[in-house]
Amino acid sequence: MATQEQILQAIYTAIDEVNEQLPSGAQLAKSPDSILFGQSGALDSLGLVSLIVAVEQSVENELGATVTLADEKALSQRNSPFRSVSTLAEYIQQLLADGSNG
Amino acid sequence: MAAMDKSTGNVMLITGSSRGIGRYLVDHYIARNYRVIGCSRSMSDYTHPNYEHFCLDVVDEPAVTAMFKQIAQRYGRLDIAINNAGAASMNHILLTPLSTLRKLLDVNVVGTFLFTREAAKLMKKNRFGRIVNFASVATPLKLEGEAVYGAAKAAIVNFTQVTAKELAPLGITVNAIGPTPIETDLIRSVPKDKIQRLVRMQAIQRMGEFRDVSNVIDFFIMPESDFISGQVIYLGGV
Repeated sequence: MATQEQILQAIYTAIDEVNEQLPSGAQLAKSPDSILFGQSGALDSLGLVSLIVAVEQSVENELGATVTLADEKALSQRNSPFRSVSTLAEYIQQLLADGSNG
Repeated sequence: MAAMDKSTGNVMLITGSSRGIGRYLVDHYIARNYRVIGCSRSMSDYTHPNYEHFCLDVVDEPAVTAMFKQIAQRYGRLDIAINNAGAASMNHILLTPLSTLRKLLDVNVVGTFLFTREAAKLMKKNRFGRIVNFASVATPLKLEGEAVYGAAKAAIVNFTQVTAKELAPLGITVNAIGPTPIETDLIRSVPKDKIQRLVRMQAIQRMGEFRDVSNVIDFFIMPESDFISGQVIYLGGV
């Protein structure tokens, strides 16, 4: 089972990839507190799509697990798992624990 | 073929590449110095140093994603995806089994969906991509006996137009070609007089040829066509 630290690292890899496409003033910070989406979030909807795809790929590359992040389950959560880096990491950990892969 | 640079390249994927139009397109683009990756359920007897074949069913999601992973590892990019794999069936609606509908939706729609999604994930890294889908004149001509096939291809038209919008910010264009009947296995079982009646509905009344298909695809994929997306070009003046 992947540790929280490994999951965060996979998210940071994805953030690096997404930051390449973002202007220098709008870069995502590699921190658990970093707000991704919502009123004070750094990403627009397409940016969030790019991040989700990048995170799915980095989780597969670094943790060897296939996860589908944006499905009905994610969208029906009372608190969006895409709000911040830490909520996303928790959601990935929950998916890995449930074995609800891809 | 323009010289390969950071934003444009020559790695191409063609589905349904072991026979018919797909097989012709492999030959066509290998001759134009593309690196071509093909796939089909059956093996391909085509061999060339710039051709690689994957045996898979286009609706088998794990097999499809595994293939894209290998493409990413080996080539690091994908520039062009041609969603050619398709299946047809001609029958009166009262004589069409549900299994036929499911098969046609699977190969034509589900396959195109899966390959478009996975191709776009790879293409977005370079902010360049060309996706070409296969529609059919069966949709605009509203042919009797092709309710299911025409509906499946109508889905491709709408899918092409919507994905063109969704993928445009990533530098990816999505277009479709709608061929007329062409001499391939796909129409082998259709009676000759039915084909002739269909040809007479076209503005230009002849059977389509492989070169008619590659001509439209050549246009869609050229780097200069970066302002052409969401379009469906039907052959024969339909």
